[in-house]
Amino acid sequence: MMKPSLRGFIVKETRHILRDRQTLLILLLLPLAQVLLFGYALRTDIEQVRLAVVDPVPDAASHELRSRFAGSGVYEIVRNVPTTEALTDLFEQGAIDQAVVFGPDFGSALGREKPAELLIITDATDPNSGSTMQAYARGVVEAFEREVSAQGPRPLRIVPELRMRFNPTLESVNLFIPGLIALVLTLVSALMSAISLSREKERGTMEVLLVSPLRPWQIIVGKVLPYLGLGLINVVTVLLAARIVFDVPIRGSVALLLAECLLFIVTSLALGILIAAITSSQRTAMIGSLLALMLPTTLLSGMIFPISSLPGWLQPVTHTVPAKWFILIARGIMLRGVGLDYLWLETTILLALTAAILVFAIRAFDYRLG
Amino acid sequence: MRTLRFLLRKEFLQIFRDRTMLRLMIAAPVIQLLVLSNAASFEVREASTYVVDLDNSTASRGLVQRMVASGRFEVADASPSMELADQALLSRDVSIVLRIPPDFERHLTRAGEAPVQVVLDAEDGAGAAVLQSYVRRIIADHARELTTTLRPDRRTAALTDPATPPTASTIDVRTRGWYNDELRYYDYMVPGILVLLVTIVATSIAAMNVVREKEIGTLEQLNVTPVTRAQLIASKLLPFWIIALVDLGIGLLVARLVFDIPMRGSLLLVFFAAVLYLFAALGIGLWISTIAETQQQAMFISFAINMVYLLMSGLFTPIQSMPVWAQAIAELSPVKHFIVIMRAVLVRGADLAAIQAPLIALAAYGAIVLMMAARQYSKTTR
Repeated sequence: MMKPSLRGFIVKETRHILRDRQTLLILLLLPLAQVLLFGYALRTDIEQVRLAVVDPVPDAASHELRSRFAGSGVYEIVRNVPTTEALTDLFEQGAIDQAVVFGPDFGSALGREKPAELLIITDATDPNSGSTMQAYARGVVEAFEREVSAQGPRPLRIVPELRMRFNPTLESVNLFIPGLIALVLTLVSALMSAISLSREKERGTMEVLLVSPLRPWQIIVGKVLPYLGLGLINVVTVLLAARIVFDVPIRGSVALLLAECLLFIVTSLALGILIAAITSSQRTAMIGSLLALMLPTTLLSGMIFPISSLPGWLQPVTHTVPAKWFILIARGIMLRGVGLDYLWLETTILLALTAAILVFAIRAFDYRLG
Repeated sequence: MRTLRFLLRKEFLQIFRDRTMLRLMIAAPVIQLLVLSNAASFEVREASTYVVDLDNSTASRGLVQRMVASGRFEVADASPSMELADQALLSRDVSIVLRIPPDFERHLTRAGEAPVQVVLDAEDGAGAAVLQSYVRRIIADHARELTTTLRPDRRTAALTDPATPPTASTIDVRTRGWYNDELRYYDYMVPGILVLLVTIVATSIAAMNVVREKEIGTLEQLNVTPVTRAQLIASKLLPFWIIALVDLGIGLLVARLVFDIPMRGSLLLVFFAAVLYLFAALGIGLWISTIAETQQQAMFISFAINMVYLLMSGLFTPIQSMPVWAQAIAELSPVKHFIVIMRAVLVRGADLAAIQAPLIALAAYGAIVLMMAARQYSKTTR
């Protein structure tokens, strides 16, 4: 049974948090706002391409191909220009994303010995969108080509049967939600507990606590435990919002997912304690958390940007970021539907990192204030 | 005018005296540029591939070779077992499985058509879409080549006229990626990240600077001097306006020297746009300083505002991918317009006429925000 002194301390800390209504509201609503923001704003799927057509000598065949572009659902023909030169201005203005240039004798060349000429120009400023749009255009042309050449000699065809595992609709939000949980927990559990502990140091009330019958470890536990509860509430909020608004799946065990979240909350709290231990004021604690926690969590965890996209020398660094392991685990459970048999390694590493941070933080914590 | 000069001198003295602050404003942007340009990337690199070749023919091996030769795929493992392949996919050892069914070559020669199965790890949907486009293209190219090598019979003779390259198709499709044909990710990200850096200096640090005077109590002292509000605001914002422009200059230099970013348009135009943009960014900073009481609050609020702005600015993900209502909100963001201008001028070489719409938006935005913030400012401090 818990000692009454510790229980009383935890109750006091919880009241502290509950009393600051404004901060509490931010802490509870922030995850919700982030789910919506990430879900709606961070999309990479291309659903609409503005197309310009250069068709100097229109004929039946070029007309047919144009209407196929228009009817594909992705393309919207926004401009018809006479020459390729006119495209430069349109691309510079950002008025079009792609252009199709028909050869001068497109229709008459079609079905003859010489192939008809077609040029597809894509704005490749964004390389990923660029290659995706190129593939879209090729798909439309190839489908057209197959039908046109159906009567004559047919070239060989290899039919790719593509299967998109784990995320068939290529929804970006499915990828981001596990990372978002990590971000929110870092923000709430780590940042807030770090600030709360360092405030006690800054104001000198830590000394008061130290001369109380509470042992030092009890003070730390009492200070961070309420944030564990808050973190759990946040996890459930994010998961529910993701589920209800964006229909994000949880294919594996929910119990396992929550257990892993709990583990990561402990990791975040340990990080918070560590930061509070090595900083002296709220301000340095805050800047320290932003630099040492938020930056790695957003950039080096694979949360938004794939780790495989990082330069080779930076990739080993990501191994030391706890959020990376948590995100691998959460994505494994939610999207792949795998259990501990596939995730034991990641879980072990996360456990080891947490233990190491915790031991280091508690040792670094200066109990004798000087 | 003289008063303003004295005030500005005071501000600059204060800024230059605080070495940490100065470092934060000059060195931090360079470091951020170097780190962010490398870390904030959706670049699709070589994908490790599991090959299940059940045909093991010239045609099937040729397909695998072609994939490797493209530089987009590397064979991590191969076996005839689909189960092993699936396990490799589940444990993230590979991100794509290519299965070539038995009798692949025979079907091709007999029926002129044969399937292959490609399983992609689509957890990262955007990356998977790009990989998919590569796979489709390589398979189509391979089929085209096989048409000439595998079936040198009368039916294809017409298609493989020695006078023309052996395209073996009725339409000769050429694709060009303008402005970034090598698909370099830096060219896309670095101009946007420069905007991010300038924004941080102009909103967060400028806001914190004003709030600091509030916190210490010296702002009240300034308020009772004969200095007018306009002079006070100008003296508070002008230094950061200049520092942000200096930061932009340094950033552009780093972009050129380290990342070899093309600068096809006029740099003068970039700075002109920055001058306009900074009015808006500083206006937001000023507004934050009117509602924040402590530096900590100022930091939190500017962090929150910048996060929304940056996520919705098209810096990381294309604006067109957003739902229509989100696009409308993005339209209201000055960050979005400046990023559009930066990419247009630097990467596409746009001239003044091409970017006049976003420029006008920036100017209007700057005037409105600055005016509103200034009004709010005088209200709260009086």
